[in-house]
Amino acid sequence: MERIPILRMGDTLLVTVQVDMHDQLAVRLLDDLTEMITKARARGVLIDISALDMVDSFIGRMIGDVAATSRILDATTVVCGIQPAVAITLVELGMSLAGVRTALDVEKGMELLRAAAQD
Amino acid sequence: MPQPRTDSEGGALRIEIAEGQDVVQVRQRAREKAQAAGFTLTEVTKIVTAASELARNTLEHGGGGWAEVGVVATGVRRGVRMVFHDEGPGIADVDQALRDGFTTGGGLGLGLGGSRRLLSELTIDSVPGRGTTIVAVRWK
Ligand SMILES: Nc1ncnc2c1ncn2[C@@H]1O[C@H](COP(=O)(O)OP(=O)(O)OP(=O)(O)O)[C@@H](O)[C@H]1O
Ligand SMILES: [Mg+2]
Repeated sequence: MERIPILRMGDTLLVTVQVDMHDQLAVRLLDDLTEMITKARARGVLIDISALDMVDSFIGRMIGDVAATSRILDATTVVCGIQPAVAITLVELGMSLAGVRTALDVEKGMELLRAAAQD
Repeated sequence: MPQPRTDSEGGALRIEIAEGQDVVQVRQRAREKAQAAGFTLTEVTKIVTAASELARNTLEHGGGGWAEVGVVATGVRRGVRMVFHDEGPGIADVDQALRDGFTTGGGLGLGLGGSRRLLSELTIDSVPGRGTTIVAVRWK
């Protein structure tokens, strides 16, 4: 079964989305992440979408759902690498990704997760 | 077999939309055509995103159908023209469907209204019980 791999680094889960995801693949990723947060007792989830050249309302909603679900499970989600053209389009589409923490790149995202783990 | 159709620049092949992977294919076709028409990266991204929203609606709400994406040129204007067609339940109230936040499914209700903002023209032709045809154009 086609899957987006999830990498575990200590108490952080790292996902690098590199393919143009069809909807079922995005849903599967949400399911897999939710399961892994509990199993791995993760405190942070970092989703790198720098390779994604489009985020529509479905993928946007999936990202929002990951953030909301992880919060309930006492983990923080950071999305990093959003391309400027994608950000502009998301806003015009009407998706503000409110409640989702973002960072410029993986390094900044990791810093944000470390800081979040301190409080 | 669906019959290939050509437009003024050729190559508006029909893409059948029957599953999630077909929506990805519509996105890829929209990207190719938008790039061929000479749009900037941001404009290409907007066109591809709208294509994704409309193709998903064809699949999820229309029960499947087809899409055609092509480059159009009228005089000095160039653009990308996309047609989405299904023979599903149709849209009872088009104005309501275009409103942000309106959904009959579990979505966010952003697809139609958002697509209209991302494009230059969005014409919805829908007959309840018969189906929906959407013609969408982004001019340069
Ligand atoms: N091809 C179609 N056939 C029938 N109904 C449609 C079609 N496209 C849209 N609609 C109707 O219009 C509503 C609004 O569509 P829109 O794309 O804006 O939101 P959504 O698909 O419900 O959610 P989202 O796109 O944000 O995930 C839909 O819920 C549906 O009732
Ligand atoms: Mg929709």
